[in-house]
Amino acid sequence: MSRSAIKFLKSAPWSARFGMAVILFYVTLAVFAPLIAPYGETAIVGPRFDLWGEAHIFGTDNLGRDMLTRLIFGARNTIGIAFITTCLAFAIGGLAGLLAAAVGGWVDQALVTLVNNMMGIPQLIFALLILTITGTSIPVLIVVIAVLDSTRVFRLSRAVAMNIAVMDFVEVARLRGEGLWWIVTREILPNAMPPLVAEFGLRFCFVFLFISALSFLGLGIQPPTADWGSMVRENASLITFGDITPLLPAGAIALLTVGVNFVVDWFLHKTSGLRDEK
Amino acid sequence: MKSKAARTRGDLLLEMRGLRIEGQSSDAWQEIVHGVDLTLRRGEVLGLIGESGAGKSTIGIAGMGFARPGCRITGGSIVFDGIDLRKASAETLRRLRGSRIAYVAQSAAAAFNPAHRLIDQYAETAVLHGISSRGAAERDGRALFKRLRLPDPDRIGERYPHQVSGGQLQRAMVAMAMACRPDLIVFDEPTTALDVTTQIEVLAAIQSVVREFHTAAIYISHDLAVVAQMADRIMVLRHGNLVEEGTASRLIEAPQQDYTRRLLAVRGHRKDEAAPTVDAPVLEIRGVSASYGGGVKVLEDVSIKVGRGRTVAVVGESGSGKSTTARVITGLLPPLAGEVLFNGEVLPPACGKRSRDQLRHIQMIYQMPDVALNPRQRIRDIIGRPLTFYLGMTGKTRDTRVRELLHLIELDPDEYIDRFPGELSGGQKQRICIARALAAEPEVIICDEVTSALDQLVAEEILKLLQRLQNELGVTYLFITHDLATVKAIADEIVVMLRGRVVQQGGRQEVLTPPNHPYTDLLLSSVPEMQVGWLEALLADRAARKARGEAVMESADQ
Repeated sequence: MSRSAIKFLKSAPWSARFGMAVILFYVTLAVFAPLIAPYGETAIVGPRFDLWGEAHIFGTDNLGRDMLTRLIFGARNTIGIAFITTCLAFAIGGLAGLLAAAVGGWVDQALVTLVNNMMGIPQLIFALLILTITGTSIPVLIVVIAVLDSTRVFRLSRAVAMNIAVMDFVEVARLRGEGLWWIVTREILPNAMPPLVAEFGLRFCFVFLFISALSFLGLGIQPPTADWGSMVRENASLITFGDITPLLPAGAIALLTVGVNFVVDWFLHKTSGLRDEK
Repeated sequence: MKSKAARTRGDLLLEMRGLRIEGQSSDAWQEIVHGVDLTLRRGEVLGLIGESGAGKSTIGIAGMGFARPGCRITGGSIVFDGIDLRKASAETLRRLRGSRIAYVAQSAAAAFNPAHRLIDQYAETAVLHGISSRGAAERDGRALFKRLRLPDPDRIGERYPHQVSGGQLQRAMVAMAMACRPDLIVFDEPTTALDVTTQIEVLAAIQSVVREFHTAAIYISHDLAVVAQMADRIMVLRHGNLVEEGTASRLIEAPQQDYTRRLLAVRGHRKDEAAPTVDAPVLEIRGVSASYGGGVKVLEDVSIKVGRGRTVAVVGESGSGKSTTARVITGLLPPLAGEVLFNGEVLPPACGKRSRDQLRHIQMIYQMPDVALNPRQRIRDIIGRPLTFYLGMTGKTRDTRVRELLHLIELDPDEYIDRFPGELSGGQKQRICIARALAAEPEVIICDEVTSALDQLVAEEILKLLQRLQNELGVTYLFITHDLATVKAIADEIVVMLRGRVVQQGGRQEVLTPPNHPYTDLLLSSVPEMQVGWLEALLADRAARKARGEAVMESADQ
């Protein structure tokens, strides 16, 4: 199994390899942040807006915290929260979608109506509204974004599962007398995995950007926790002086998004059985 | 375009030499046609026959200088009337295709554009190639529709593809291919998707126009009996190689190769009719009527009795309600009226209300083994699940039983137990489906068109296996099929269905011996036989009986 996995990875094009390298790099940073970072996450270690130099490779931020350290811890916070949120969104949306397809009838109708109504409200405004009411603790942030994003996952998983639920092997399971849980988890889910995994990668990017956007607007991850979105906002004034430091967190976001998309593209290409036609 | 006078019969029209074609499978190119030679003269009909994977369609399409996406022509020459199609420019090919070489696909429903009327699609090629004006093309189209015996030929062209039946659409497609009076038509399994009675109409239509216009044709099919009616000469293909070539009559009467002989013998299998049982029937349906979503009734007052240990075949064409009958019995479609009895006990109408034991006793095998097996489960789990679910077997006992079952269906347990369905051939998959049904130790197995998706030789093996299992285990089969050859091979009793009603039922001998209900006779006479000239004889017989003023049923619509 592991040998075939290695072979599979070797067949990846350069773009996917680049993407995997980027993701691996970010994950390493996130996991070993306290070991790698030269200073503490919230420690004020120098003058405000210090220039790039030996003590502080990327200078310091608006409060005099080391920029590099903040970037590394930002990877941990932003990616970590985005990952948990995406997982939760998939657990809610994916399961609901599979259920809707497997049960059908009024359950399906009710779920679809609910989801359509939720999707009718612009996502960012909806999130801002709820977060203003509930406050901006991290658990609340995760749940709110996960629920809002699960609507998209629901649509996909329902559509995929619909096509599988009509296959004969599902009918065989029904005729055998299998329960709903078996049909959903053993018969439908394994066959719906490839598109869902691909969607997971894409969704992760969206969630990640969404959190950054919220942070930029001041309703996301709250200071002093390091986070790329709020780092852009806090240091934005430097742009006026021709200093590119605020672009570093923005670039970090962009690079990860591109990397994840490369891998997802390749994976989609592999699993959908698409071929290059000449 | 050459004048018609110049088209004399006998000139060389198409010649392929050492044709090699490669196909792409998981990033690697593999040769699928290994140097086949083919010659076709003007006005000649060449039959290409073989099982799936023989390369017959690929070769036929290569006759148009075309390779499907995922295929490429790598060697040999293709010369059509002096033009080397492999070297010809895209523009030359474009001008040839449609006007001088035409193609008739297996599924007319998929080949027609559903958004345009038939006559528009008919006229398109001729107008586009500048052969005739729009008006002339339409007049010509109506004449051809008439010649192909389409009903209401003057107005049928105004209809959209979904407004005509499958057989009519296939004939309209033959007309469309004829629109520019091409020199060559490639027929790619044109009747495979049709019912037998409809097949006769399409075959007769193709034969008459091809003869009338002296069109050369390549006729691709997996059914030797059909090809024998259509072709002057037949090429038998296997795994991309030529097995045998000869005139149709020579090939049928004196085949040289063992493989050809096996193809010819394919419908020879017969079982002895079991004596009728005196016991109460194991399965019975009484006065069942059913419909989907409360619409038109697809079943009306259907009653069938199935004796223990016997094989009852339910025969009918598409739309006859035979598969719906199976859905009512299994409880997937609760009937509007009537009841299903198992061993004299009335079963709850919906499968969700039936007990585990009631479900266990009626198992089902499907037409498409590809979609009847979960592609993400190993054979061990596919066969093992009913063992755990119904019989509570786990661990070692279950494993032993799975191996026994694999042994029973003639697959080596060590080799196959850990495979995924994707790693098996079609016939092997169907065997796994049989094993899964047997695992539940049922009394009745419903076989829904179990051999229709398989190659003929493989289908024969499956039938023999089912027969052997019945002899050994005494299971009862309800065999749903449209294929009368299968019925003749395996049934003890036959139920003939037409438009949701049972028109005749009885012992095999009784039903197979005319005279019977006119529909039964029509169905029986429409099964192609393995002899040259059978189609002409049949058509002549029907015409003669009509001339004598007898009522002759010619299609299921009457």
